[in-house]
Amino acid sequence: MYYDHFVLPFTIGLNVLIIFLIVKYIRWIRTFSRQEKKLILKGMFSVKTLKAIKETFLESLVHHKIFRTNPFLGYMHMCFALGWFLLIVMGKTESMVYHTSALNPPYFAIFFRYFHPANETFPYSNVFAFIMDLILLFILSGLFLALAKRISSRIVGLKKATRHRPLDLLILTVLWLIFPLRFLAESFTSGLRGGGSFLTHTAGDAFSTFLPLDALAYPAWWAYSSALGLFFLLLPFSRYMHIPTEIVYIFLKNWGIRQGKTFNAFSEIQVYSCSRCGICIDRCQLNTSLGLNDTQAVYFLKKIRHGRDYSVQQENCLMCGRCEASCPVDLRHNALRLSKRPDLIRITKDTYNYVKQLPFTPAKVAYFAGCMGHLTPGVIRAMRLLFQKAGVSYTFIDENGGVCCGRPMLLSGNQNAASVIVEKNKAILQASKAEILVTSCPICYKTFKEEYGLQMQVMHHTEYIDYLIQQHYLIPRPSEWRTVFHNPCELGRGSKVYAAPNRILQAVSQKINTPYDDENSLCCGGSLANTYISGAQRHRISTDALRIYTSYQPDVLVTACPLCKKTFAKKPDAIPVKDIAEIVAETC
Amino acid sequence: MKVIIIGGGPAGCEAAYRLANEGIQVDLIEKESTTGGHLNNWYQLFPDRKSAQEIGQLLRANLEHPNIRLHLNTEARNLQKTAAGRFSVLLSDQGLLEGDALLLTTGFKLFEAQRKEEYGYGIYNHVITSVELENLFSNHLLQLPEGKNPKRIGFIHCVGSRDEKIGNCHCSKLCCITAVKQAIEVREMLPEAEIFCFYMDMRMFGPGYEEMYREAQEKYNIKFVRGRLSEASETLDKQLVIKVEDTLIGKPLKMTLDLMVLMIGMEASEGSREAVRQLSLNQSPNGFIQSADPHYGTNRSNQKGIFLAGCSTAPMNLTDTLTDARSAACEIAAYLKQISSSK
Repeated sequence: MYYDHFVLPFTIGLNVLIIFLIVKYIRWIRTFSRQEKKLILKGMFSVKTLKAIKETFLESLVHHKIFRTNPFLGYMHMCFALGWFLLIVMGKTESMVYHTSALNPPYFAIFFRYFHPANETFPYSNVFAFIMDLILLFILSGLFLALAKRISSRIVGLKKATRHRPLDLLILTVLWLIFPLRFLAESFTSGLRGGGSFLTHTAGDAFSTFLPLDALAYPAWWAYSSALGLFFLLLPFSRYMHIPTEIVYIFLKNWGIRQGKTFNAFSEIQVYSCSRCGICIDRCQLNTSLGLNDTQAVYFLKKIRHGRDYSVQQENCLMCGRCEASCPVDLRHNALRLSKRPDLIRITKDTYNYVKQLPFTPAKVAYFAGCMGHLTPGVIRAMRLLFQKAGVSYTFIDENGGVCCGRPMLLSGNQNAASVIVEKNKAILQASKAEILVTSCPICYKTFKEEYGLQMQVMHHTEYIDYLIQQHYLIPRPSEWRTVFHNPCELGRGSKVYAAPNRILQAVSQKINTPYDDENSLCCGGSLANTYISGAQRHRISTDALRIYTSYQPDVLVTACPLCKKTFAKKPDAIPVKDIAEIVAETC
Repeated sequence: MKVIIIGGGPAGCEAAYRLANEGIQVDLIEKESTTGGHLNNWYQLFPDRKSAQEIGQLLRANLEHPNIRLHLNTEARNLQKTAAGRFSVLLSDQGLLEGDALLLTTGFKLFEAQRKEEYGYGIYNHVITSVELENLFSNHLLQLPEGKNPKRIGFIHCVGSRDEKIGNCHCSKLCCITAVKQAIEVREMLPEAEIFCFYMDMRMFGPGYEEMYREAQEKYNIKFVRGRLSEASETLDKQLVIKVEDTLIGKPLKMTLDLMVLMIGMEASEGSREAVRQLSLNQSPNGFIQSADPHYGTNRSNQKGIFLAGCSTAPMNLTDTLTDARSAACEIAAYLKQISSSK
């Protein structure tokens, strides 16, 4: 039996960690609702599990989303995750080939070079030695980048990196020590007895020329095992809980569990899944425009995790979803933030008794301009014209007044009040008996789709105009205008409508592609979700966003949201800002 | 000793005249073909209903002075402070002026009513601005585009002023009294019409203003509703439907109008903004040029030798603008005396 006392720190650490994780995850999942548990059972034996495995490989190991932010940053994360994973898998394989049994203890593979007499060969032993050295080198190169990142995060493309707690910095040091210690232990042993390959063998030879390896090799194995053991023991208290928890999150997510309106165990799992990579910090316009550096998703989750006061952070968020779109763990940051906002306002059905349902003529298509739509009569005028040109008979539901969609209440956390509004408005919409509901406001659009459960197709006017053009009901002529499209948060990232507006603008104008297209669009600063920042601060966000868009020198900045349009109009002498409906109306 | 004045509105004209009377050489630069600035767009002045053109002509006549050189149709392109503490101004006609002091009477810019899209300016036919109404007064014709007399007219106060949503927190000061004056003028032209003013606060700060406001209610039957307009829409026959809250009775209000007049506010002019950039002047958060001290240094800027008057520093009515210009002339004269004696 291969055994030495030095394997104890590793073995104890690993076992304690595994027991801790199992208990923790079981306790979380036990609090899930019956419905959610059913979803898990159903999903477990379906193709969803395969999808989850694929996602785990791509996100937890390869970190392919981080490569999009910066290749060096992606490589760094991949080195640690994929590298360590391969080291374990290849090491285990190697030990099994040698031992011809799968039932060797975990430490045997980890400390294989210690237990394996170097002169004894086995099938492909040289190949294994080479691969294991290659993987170690791969990890060490990532470590080198990580060290460089500590000196200047700009090297890996981060203007601002996350501020960590002292304990997290300690465990970070332990993690960083693991791989150099493994390198030293294997090199020393190789220097004494041979074995290893191009890396450890060469290093071992070199070390043997000036170091007393017989005195150093054994303590090096102790140090390596202790570093591993310490890392495992500290892991539950540190941000590295993200390593196992992210995998759990990916599987639960693929099986169909969603972040609901309340903060629950699934939310806790997300809190623990955050790796604090800090990619959200540079994406956040509260940071880039206002220099606010404590409210980004990473800090919000960090405060929840460590029981700190997050009352400011829960309010100070534009909910533009830019962090969510770039989050390598794919956490539902908006829903998480929303779940922490208190539900304070109490209203009853009677509160809205004064709202009279106004008569309208039924038609197949119902148009809903929304409160904000009514503040941009130019958009309504354009829509009327387009309906007329396309020969669509429609009914203008809120022509003479309507009810709010409920989104402002929802975004402030007041779900009860919102549900009363939703019920009131839903009754009006359904009474129209329309088949298609077209709205000009992405805020209403998202709410109608997600909260109403309407028996009709809900379309934003970009989608509807796109449909009319595709079906040749509208035949716009291409214009010479150079346009940049500002995709509104609630339409793009919020409702995933990207293709329709792009197609329309390409048809009617010379659309300029910018790095701020699609899911990278900016927040205009007019967001309803942030009740914390001042008007002047909002103005700064708008000015910055406008400056970035106008730097591409369009003739017109096009958007598809009355709120964005109004927010950008705050700034005098800027380039014209128009709604996509207005542009199409002018070219039809 | 020579002073360069940029902007030939009332402040620039008055300051030029007062400085010239002190024996100081003045170069007055005006980008338009005539002096007078925004005053030229006005018909009658509050509170005494004096003709605006009369005042304009008086100010213009004063410029016929041997010490004043007037540069019309000329823009100041490049403003510089020289090492010797003097000022050089490059003109759009390539001329180069030098002076011992610089007075910025760069005035204001009217708020672009299109930016308040919910009021429908530029979208609905029957929405005009207060300046356009003055123009109608000058032509003595107040009719709708369709050739009919409006039966119900609404004045909307604070358009682009005291409006955080549009980015302007400041009060433009004179729109309240202008609305009162214009409402009375409309009443005189259309005795049968219904006239409403929708206001947030009535700021009757000048002598005779409060009396005029009272008269507007008692004698001219103009109805004042405290409440801000939220949105306007148009009916098929081009009537306007406005939504407003009457905050005194606490009820939402919906009514139709035949004509809506937007009392557009004042913003810092492009000239003021450009001067701030070129001369490193302090700027107030609302965009106007900040004076050295709000009590005792209203005509001085943070740069020695650069003086300010009129609406370059804040919204002002004509009375205050002219007073401010005379005050600036006084400050400049003292400054020039001081630098010539120290030479």
